[in-house]
Amino acid sequence: MTEPPAESFRLSQLIYDTRYRSLTIQVVAFILIMAGLVWLANNTVQNLQALGKDFNFGFLGSRAGYDINQRLVEYTNDSTHARAALVGILNTLLVAFVGCIIATVVGVIAGVLRLSNNWIVARLMAVYVEGFRNIPTLLWILIVFAIMTEATPQPRDFRGEDAEASMILFDTVAITNRGVYTPAPVWGDGALTLVAVFLASLVGIWAFRRYARKRQEQTGDILPVFWISLGLFFIPSIIFYFILGRPVTLEYPELTGFNFSGGTHLRSSFIALTLALALYTGAFIAENVRSGILAVSRGQTEAAFALGLRPNRTMNLVILPQALRVIIPPLISQYLNLTKNSSLAIAVGYMDVRSTLGGITINQTGRELEGMLLLGLFYLVTSLIISAVMNVYNASIKLKER
Amino acid sequence: MKKSVLLGTLTIAGLVAAAGSAQTLDEVQARGSLNCGVTTGLVGFAAPNASGEWEGFDVGVCRAVAAAVFGDPSAVNFVPTTGQTRFTALASGEIDMLARNTTWTFSRDVDLRFEFTGINYYDGQGFMVPRELGVSSAMELDGATVCIQTGTTTELNLADFFASNNMSYEPVPIETNAEAQQQYLAGACDVYTTDASGLAATRATFEDPSAHVVLPEIISKEPLGPLVRHGDHEWGDIVRWTLNALIAAEELGITSANVSELAAGTENPEINRLLGSEGELGGMLGLSSDWAVNVISVGGNYGELFEANIGEATPIGLARGLNAQWTDGGLLYSPPFR
Amino acid sequence: MSDTRAHSASYVRETMLPEAEPPVTQTGAIKWMRENLFSSITNAILTLLSVYVIYYVLSHTLGWMLFGIWDAGSLSECREIRDELYGEGASVACWAVLADRWDQLMFGFYPQDLYWRPVLALGIFFVAVAPILFENVSRKLFYVTAIAPFLCFWLIWGGSIWTPVAVALGFVIGWAVFRFGSEIVGALLATIGAILLPILYWLLLAGTVGQGLHAILPIGIEFVDSDSIGGFMLAIIIGVTSIILSFPLGIVLALGRQSDLFIINKSCVFFIEVIRSVPLIVWLFTASLLLNYFLPPGTNFDLLLRVIIMVTFFASAYMAEVIRGGLAALPRGQYEGADSLGLNYWQSMQLIVLPQALKISIPGIVNTFIGIFKDTTLVVFVGLSDPIGFSNLIRATTDWNGIYWELFIFIGACFFVCCFAMSKYSQFLERKLRTDHR
Repeated sequence: MTEPPAESFRLSQLIYDTRYRSLTIQVVAFILIMAGLVWLANNTVQNLQALGKDFNFGFLGSRAGYDINQRLVEYTNDSTHARAALVGILNTLLVAFVGCIIATVVGVIAGVLRLSNNWIVARLMAVYVEGFRNIPTLLWILIVFAIMTEATPQPRDFRGEDAEASMILFDTVAITNRGVYTPAPVWGDGALTLVAVFLASLVGIWAFRRYARKRQEQTGDILPVFWISLGLFFIPSIIFYFILGRPVTLEYPELTGFNFSGGTHLRSSFIALTLALALYTGAFIAENVRSGILAVSRGQTEAAFALGLRPNRTMNLVILPQALRVIIPPLISQYLNLTKNSSLAIAVGYMDVRSTLGGITINQTGRELEGMLLLGLFYLVTSLIISAVMNVYNASIKLKER
Repeated sequence: MKKSVLLGTLTIAGLVAAAGSAQTLDEVQARGSLNCGVTTGLVGFAAPNASGEWEGFDVGVCRAVAAAVFGDPSAVNFVPTTGQTRFTALASGEIDMLARNTTWTFSRDVDLRFEFTGINYYDGQGFMVPRELGVSSAMELDGATVCIQTGTTTELNLADFFASNNMSYEPVPIETNAEAQQQYLAGACDVYTTDASGLAATRATFEDPSAHVVLPEIISKEPLGPLVRHGDHEWGDIVRWTLNALIAAEELGITSANVSELAAGTENPEINRLLGSEGELGGMLGLSSDWAVNVISVGGNYGELFEANIGEATPIGLARGLNAQWTDGGLLYSPPFR
Repeated sequence: MSDTRAHSASYVRETMLPEAEPPVTQTGAIKWMRENLFSSITNAILTLLSVYVIYYVLSHTLGWMLFGIWDAGSLSECREIRDELYGEGASVACWAVLADRWDQLMFGFYPQDLYWRPVLALGIFFVAVAPILFENVSRKLFYVTAIAPFLCFWLIWGGSIWTPVAVALGFVIGWAVFRFGSEIVGALLATIGAILLPILYWLLLAGTVGQGLHAILPIGIEFVDSDSIGGFMLAIIIGVTSIILSFPLGIVLALGRQSDLFIINKSCVFFIEVIRSVPLIVWLFTASLLLNYFLPPGTNFDLLLRVIIMVTFFASAYMAEVIRGGLAALPRGQYEGADSLGLNYWQSMQLIVLPQALKISIPGIVNTFIGIFKDTTLVVFVGLSDPIGFSNLIRATTDWNGIYWELFIFIGACFFVCCFAMSKYSQFLERKLRTDHR
C-alpha cells in the first residue's frame, strides 16, 4: 500500500471540490445573513437616534391608566403595562383554548354529517363549510358580533312587570346582548373535600376503563363502560355534596341598575369572537375530518361488519383510529390558525394581548419597537408550544411500523 | 439624494418618497402635492363623497395648507390613518402633516416629539344615553356599560372620570365609530362616549335623534389641532399661520366671496398685510405673497368652513360654542399678522 | 290458448298480470324522500331540524333582501321611500348604497376615466395565468406570462413606460449573464453573477436608465398614486402581487429547508417558522409601524408597498411549505434517476424535480392564494382602504352613516364568489392529479 500523494491545498478547491464546496457555500451564506442582520440593526440604531428614542422596556413598569373589562387576574387602571399585557395574554389563551375545543366538536360533527346519507343535512353542512371557508374571518367576526347584538335582548328588556325578555333555565341564566350571565359557584367550607372527591372519581374512571380494556383483551368480555363511567362521574360527588352539607352554593345573576350583577358574566365580545373563530376553523376541520374518513378504505368497514362489529364499534375501533392519523396533522395547523386569528379580537373590542400590549400600550407610550417585539415573541412561543404538544400526540397515535 | 441612488428602481416607480427631516417645504414643493393624514372616516371631519373627493372640516385645513403652498387646493393626497398608525405615519415622513382630530397633550408634544401648530376645534369628551334611561347627569352612571373607541385619549379620560367619582363601569372598547354606533343602538351599552362633536354627529344620523340625549358633563379638554414633526420649524410655521389666517380672516370679515376684492387693497392695514397687498409676510414664510388669498378662497374663512361642514345648517348641527371668535365669547384668538 | 295446457295444475297462473305501477312508497319523490330524508328516526329528526333552520334563516332575511331599495341617494332618502312603500318601520335592505358607491367599493379613488387600465390589467393577468392553470392552452401564451407583471404594473400605476422596461432589463441582464457567462467562466460563477449583477443594476443603475430613456423618448400614461387605489382592486393587487412575488422566494426557502447544508437549512427553517407563528395582523403592524426603523435613515416608502412586502414574506413561508410538500411527494426514484444521469444539483432541480414538484403543488398554491386573498381584509387595521376600509369610509359620510349589513353582505358575497370559484378549481385539479398518479 502506498500512500496517495499528499495533495497541496489549492484555493480553487473551495469551489470545485465537493468536499469543501458545501463548507464554502455555508460560510458565505452565514456571512451574508450576518451582514444583513447587522445592517438592519445598524439602521434601527441610527433611526432610533434620529427620532431621539431609546430601546428599553422600562415602560412596562409604569402605570397603564386604562381599564380592561375582562380580566382573569387582578387588574385596575393603576396596574402596570406589564400587568395589562399579562391580562391580555390570558385572554388570548382563553379564547384560543375554548375556541379550539368548540371548533373540534363543530368540525367533527359537520364533517361526519356532510357524509350523511340524509340529503338535506349533507347539503346544509356543505353550505356551512363552503360559506365559512370562502369568506374572510374578519367579516365573520364582525357579522357574528353584529348578529348577537341585534338578535338578543338588552338588559333593559328584562325589567318591569311585563318584561319583553325573561331569564331561562328556571330564572338562572340571562342571555343579553352584553353577554350571558350565568350562576357562579360560591365555595364554602368543605368545598375542597368535594373537589378532592370529584378528582378521585375521575381517577377512578380512568382506572376502570383501563381495567375494562385489559379484561376485554384477555377474556373478550365487554363491560358496560359508558354507564359505569357516567355513574362514577356523578354519584360519589353528589353523595358527598349532601354529606358535607352543601358546601357549594350558586350565586345567581340579578338585574340591578344598568346591568345584571352577580354570577358569571361571559361578555358578548368573548362569545362572538370565540364562536366566530370556532365556526370558521370548524369548517376547515370538517373538511379534514371528511377527507380523513374518506381516506379509510371501504374494505375496512366491510371487514369490520363481517367480523360482526356493530356500526358504532366499527367507527370507534376501526375507522376513527385510522382516520385520526390523517386528521391530526392538519388539525395542528388549524389550532395554530385559530390561535393566530384570535388577534382579530380588535374588531369586536375583546381585550386580547394584541389590543392591550400591541394596541393601547403602544399607542399611549409610543414604544412600538419594544411592544411589537414582545408581541411577536409571545405568539412565537405559543405557536411553538402548541405544535410541540400536538406533535407529541401525533407521534403517539402514528402507525407503529415494525 | 442617498435614497434615490440606493433604491433607484423604486424611486423611479414613484413609490419611494423621501422622509422629511428638515426641509419638508422643499420636499412638498418638489413632489407637487401635500400628503395630509386624515381619519379613516369621521362624519363631518373627513370622509370621501360619492365622487371620491374628500370633504370635511379637517380636510378643509389640509386643503388650506395646500392652497398656501401651491395655490391649488386639490394638490393634496389624503392618507387615511387609524388611531394606531397616525403618529408613526407622521414621524416616518409618510405624511407631511396630520389633521385628524388629534388631542394636543403634553406627552404627544414632548415625548412623542410632535409639534401642534394650533387648535382648529375645541372639543371635550361627553356622554350620550338613550332618553328612556332617564339619566340626566353623568354622575348617575354608576355601573353602566360604556362603549368607547379605542386608540384615543378617550379611554384614559374615562378611567380617570369614573375613578375620581368613585363609580364603577364596564368598558366596551370598539375599533370604529360605525361599530360603536351599532352596539349602542342595539342597547349593548348604556352609554356612548367620545368627543362631544362626534356624539352630535352620530346622534344626528340616528333614525330618531330625539330619543337620545347628550349629557351636560364634559369630562375632559380635547383641543384638536393639526400637527407636524418636531424640528422643522419653517414647515410648522406654514401650517400654524395657515390656520391662523383662517381664524384671522373670520375676525377681519374676509370671506371667500369678498377676498379677491379685498386683496386689491383696503383701508385696514392688517387685512392688507394678511392678503399681501402690503408687506412681505408671504415671503417670510417662503411662500408667495398672495398665499392667504389662496387659503381663504378655497373654502372661505374658519367660520365658513365650520358652517359648511359641521355647523348648524348641516345634519351634524354643531353650535360654535367654544369655537366662536374671542370677540363672540369663544376661544378662537389668532395672534396678529404683523 | 289453454288447450295445450289443459291438464296443467289449476293453481298455475295462465295469463300475465297487467303491469302495475310500483307502490307509491317505492317511486318518485316519495321513494327519494324515504331514502334520503327519512331513512331512520335520527335522520327524520335531523331533516326536520334542518328544514326548520332553513325556514328560520330565510324567513328573517329573504324579505329584507328581496324588497330592498335600490334607488336612493342617502340613507334618509331610503327610509322615506321605505315608509312610503311598506309603511313606517318596515325592515328592508337599502341596497342603494351599493349603487351609489359601486365605483369606490371596486376601484377606490382611482380616476374614473382610467378604469379601463386596471380592468385591462386584470384581463392580461387572466391570459397570463391561463397556460399555468390549464394544460390545453397554447404554450405561446407563456410569452404573455413573462411580460404580464411589468405590463400590469405599468397599467395600474402608470407613469413612464420606461420604468417597467428598465426593471425588466435587469432580468434580461441576469439571463444573458447566465447564458453566455457559463461558457466563459463556468456554471457556478455565472449563476452567482446572474444573481448579483441584476441586483446591483436595480439598486444603482435602473433609476438612471429609466429616466434617461424617458428623457430621450417620453412615452407614458398618467401616473396614479398608490393612495388612489382601494376597494376590491386593492385586495386583488395585494393578493396577486404577493403570491407572484412569494413564488420564487417560496421555492428557494423550500429547497433550503430540504438542503443538507446545516446553516442554510436552519436559517430557512427559522425564517419559515417565525413567519408562520406570528399572526398576519402583527406583521402588518410591523410593516406600518416598524419597517421604517429597519431601512436606511431617510428612506421611506409607500404604505401599500410596505404591506405588499410583508404579505409577500408571509405568503412565501406558506408557499415554501406547500412546495416542500410537493418535493416530498415525488418518488425517491426521481431524485436517484437524476443523480444517475450525472446531473448536478441545479440541473436535477431545474430539469427533473421542480417541474414535477411544482405541478403537484398547484392545488396547494391556489389554496394559499385563497387564504392570502381573504387575509387582505386585515389591511384595514393599518389604514389602507380595502373593501372593509371603504365600508367604514362610506359610513363616515352624512349620507350613509348608520348603514351596516348591506355593505358587509355585499363584501362577503364578492369574496365568496371569488374564493369559491378558486377552491372548486383547486379541487378539480386535485382530483385530476390523483388520477394521474394512480
